[in-house]
Amino acid sequence: MSKSSLSHAEAAEQFIKDEPRTDWHDETLWFVRQKRDKAAHGLPEWEQLREWASQIKNHTLSNLDNYLLEFEANANANGVTIHWAPDAADHNRIIFDLIQKNNIQKIVKSKSMLTEECGLNEFLHAKGVETIDTDLGERIVQLRYEAPSHIVLPAIHLKKQDVSDTFHEHLNTEKGNNDPQYLTEAARQHLREKFIESELAITGVNFAVAETGGFVVCTNEGNADMGAHAAKIHIACMGFEKMIPKAEHLSVFLRLLARSATGQPITTYSSHFNKPREGQEMHIVIVDNGRSRQLGRADFRNSLKCIRCAACFNTCPVYRRSGGYSYHTAVAGPIGSILNPNIDMRANADLPFASTLCGSCSNVCPVKIDIHDQLWKWRQVLVEEGYVDASKKVGLKGMAFVLARPGLYRFAGKAGRAVMRLFPWLLNNKLNPWYKQREMPAPPKQSFRDWYIKNKQQ
Amino acid sequence: MSARETILKTITANKPSLTELPAIDLVEVIQYNDLLQQYKTVLQSIGGGTVELQDINSLKEELQTKKANGDFVLNRIASLGDVEESIAHLTAPDLAAVDTAYVEGTIAVAENGAIWLYESQMGNRLLPFICQHLVIVIEKKNIVATMHHAYQQIESAKDGFGVFLAGPSKTADIEQSLVIGAHGARSLIVYII
Amino acid sequence: MKIGLFIPCYIDQFYPQVGIATLQLLEKLGCNVSFPLNQTCCGQPMANSGFASLSKGCDKNFVANFTGFDYIVAPSGSCVLHLKEHLHDEQHPGEAEHIRKHIYELTEFLVDVLKIEKIDASFPYKVGLHNSCHGQRGLHLSSMTERMLPSFSKPEQLLSQVKGLQLSKPLRSDECCGFGGTFCVFEEAVSVKMGKDRITEHSANEVEYITGTDVSCLMHLEGILKRNGSNVKTIHIAEILNSNA
Repeated sequence: MSKSSLSHAEAAEQFIKDEPRTDWHDETLWFVRQKRDKAAHGLPEWEQLREWASQIKNHTLSNLDNYLLEFEANANANGVTIHWAPDAADHNRIIFDLIQKNNIQKIVKSKSMLTEECGLNEFLHAKGVETIDTDLGERIVQLRYEAPSHIVLPAIHLKKQDVSDTFHEHLNTEKGNNDPQYLTEAARQHLREKFIESELAITGVNFAVAETGGFVVCTNEGNADMGAHAAKIHIACMGFEKMIPKAEHLSVFLRLLARSATGQPITTYSSHFNKPREGQEMHIVIVDNGRSRQLGRADFRNSLKCIRCAACFNTCPVYRRSGGYSYHTAVAGPIGSILNPNIDMRANADLPFASTLCGSCSNVCPVKIDIHDQLWKWRQVLVEEGYVDASKKVGLKGMAFVLARPGLYRFAGKAGRAVMRLFPWLLNNKLNPWYKQREMPAPPKQSFRDWYIKNKQQ
Repeated sequence: MSARETILKTITANKPSLTELPAIDLVEVIQYNDLLQQYKTVLQSIGGGTVELQDINSLKEELQTKKANGDFVLNRIASLGDVEESIAHLTAPDLAAVDTAYVEGTIAVAENGAIWLYESQMGNRLLPFICQHLVIVIEKKNIVATMHHAYQQIESAKDGFGVFLAGPSKTADIEQSLVIGAHGARSLIVYII
Repeated sequence: MKIGLFIPCYIDQFYPQVGIATLQLLEKLGCNVSFPLNQTCCGQPMANSGFASLSKGCDKNFVANFTGFDYIVAPSGSCVLHLKEHLHDEQHPGEAEHIRKHIYELTEFLVDVLKIEKIDASFPYKVGLHNSCHGQRGLHLSSMTERMLPSFSKPEQLLSQVKGLQLSKPLRSDECCGFGGTFCVFEEAVSVKMGKDRITEHSANEVEYITGTDVSCLMHLEGILKRNGSNVKTIHIAEILNSNA
């Protein structure tokens, strides 16, 4: 898959080289953000709903062990088998074991960012097992050997010509026919066959309800249902933070989710799975993979409230201009930048810095995660743990030294405003990234302080 | 320790101190003067169609005509005539050819166009997804304002499966262009009695 | 009412005219303002880079300089927000707390504390307003397009009192300019692209000036404008409110 080894900044620079395409990416996602705004404006109680959602999730995290036990007991009573996976490898192994045990050949999978996080497709591929992604966007990127670049709009980095070329190659569509209607119909026919012949369906989970032992999966295409209701085995994979206490709480989340994600009032299908149908097996894999560690980090635990709407992606001015791949992780965007350092601090140390801390992400978040504050706090942790460039540290130490000493600050300032060269963006040389596309401010004859002493302090 | 115990133990050790659930007061929630009109407007905006009926007879005729034309029609509504009772065991290859399915809905939600269907109303949980065209009949008195009201009136875990269904299947995965008819039904018409 | 004037380091060194305008404006409005001579910086450049631990010396110096004022006022939303959220001094916790609670960005001080309704200023130009994120989303200088709350804007309220000024807003009225502290060099490509996109929207409104409440954002936009030979200029809001063109 196209996971990049470049840092966010390096990958972003590559992305931006094609400026018209960057503009298109930015405008397309901004349009989604505007649709979200319009939908939110339609509900006078919007801010109250966010508050309710936030409180329900906070409460759930504070009683999570008990809710998981309640969920497990109810799901078992419903005839569903629960599996527990401490990490990604266990998650993948549990699924592979079920595949082997049942001698499964044909597998369809609907969208699950968890399986992306765990690298399930690659794992199964290495074992000689092929899965068919059935969400249209995911199928497109799968045929291109790519990963989703956005958790709700997996193929948002592609243009219709790209899709047309891919479908021409793999699905024999007419060359050069870029009509989305035509291309979608081709995918419908192609995937119907896959649904009908599938033996195993893998889905994600949007919400798991402790009170009922059931879970809800939301799609617009109907692909999760087509797969799960057709196959003889259904495996649903969930991070343990998907839990909510009661069915009535679904009302709050289903009102927020699609409005935040795409501006729709609700997804086309909000499917409530409770029991396997007669003759079917239903399994739920509950995954930790670092989540319990994140739960223990007081500053970062509320990132586990996330319902994966991607509103923070669409509003993020950096994401819109750098694309999903620049984040080199399954979950990109601002939320990814506060989740991924928990999974691997060294590999993801660049992500909390891939933000201007503008705060728009926290404002759109339907469950009120303080994303931009957590980005700031991760920066402190990453520095403390030694995951930030030594050169950066030396520069900032020098800066801190001078700025704590007014006499030194003034002395350096008199020497041709040299104090400001301590600021990384004001180094007056051609190697300074500031200067690449921007002029420096012109140094004035006197500082404000000099002026003040001359004019105000007789 | 088993994986289960390890996970649960770590959660117990790491969870924050208990906070309260919020009280959800429906006084705070949007109200609509005309639930029917709101429902119709929203459903149309998400690609569905609505037809108001005084009685169900005209729909009965439509169903009969379709059958007479040789369309593969599956009816799950008693007031429309013969009901296909034993379809629970039909498999995907059996159902793939269904042209139109007629299903009765429990509750319709004015704020988002969704309708709640119990598995018992579908007869087979694959039916409303795999059929080419879907017709749902709902009683006007069963239109509620919001999802909060809807969950008060349904029992979402009563059957093995249930769904809030809002409009025909759709996607915008190619350049954000909306296309109706992704994998599920290509059209949804809601008849309101 | 004793007011301490905080002029952030890069304004002191590079944009003294913004400090002068702020001081003159406050004095014109009858305030008793002093400028503590040993001030330097708020500490944000270190903290936002992950080195908050290094800003203790800065914090201490800030508290030493700004203890004893009823209010502290600065022409920078970003520096004010940083101090409000992060200023601490182990030896003088009470003084640090007083400063956190009484430090104001200039426009919020004019609107909320002085309750200015009439400004004697004139600036007969087409001006575009850039909403800086930390002032807007952090200090709530204006409502935000993401939030479903009543709309208001303190900077606009003041600019609307300036004679001859034609105010315009860019299409995306509160999108970040991409400065972001050290982000502007460590994420140079995205930073500049964001700045260019802001400028494109302002240029479409045929503005002569872009103004705002933060010099740092304006410095970034000015750098791009100058490099591209544009005749659009940047100007801090204090300079407009203090002008009599």
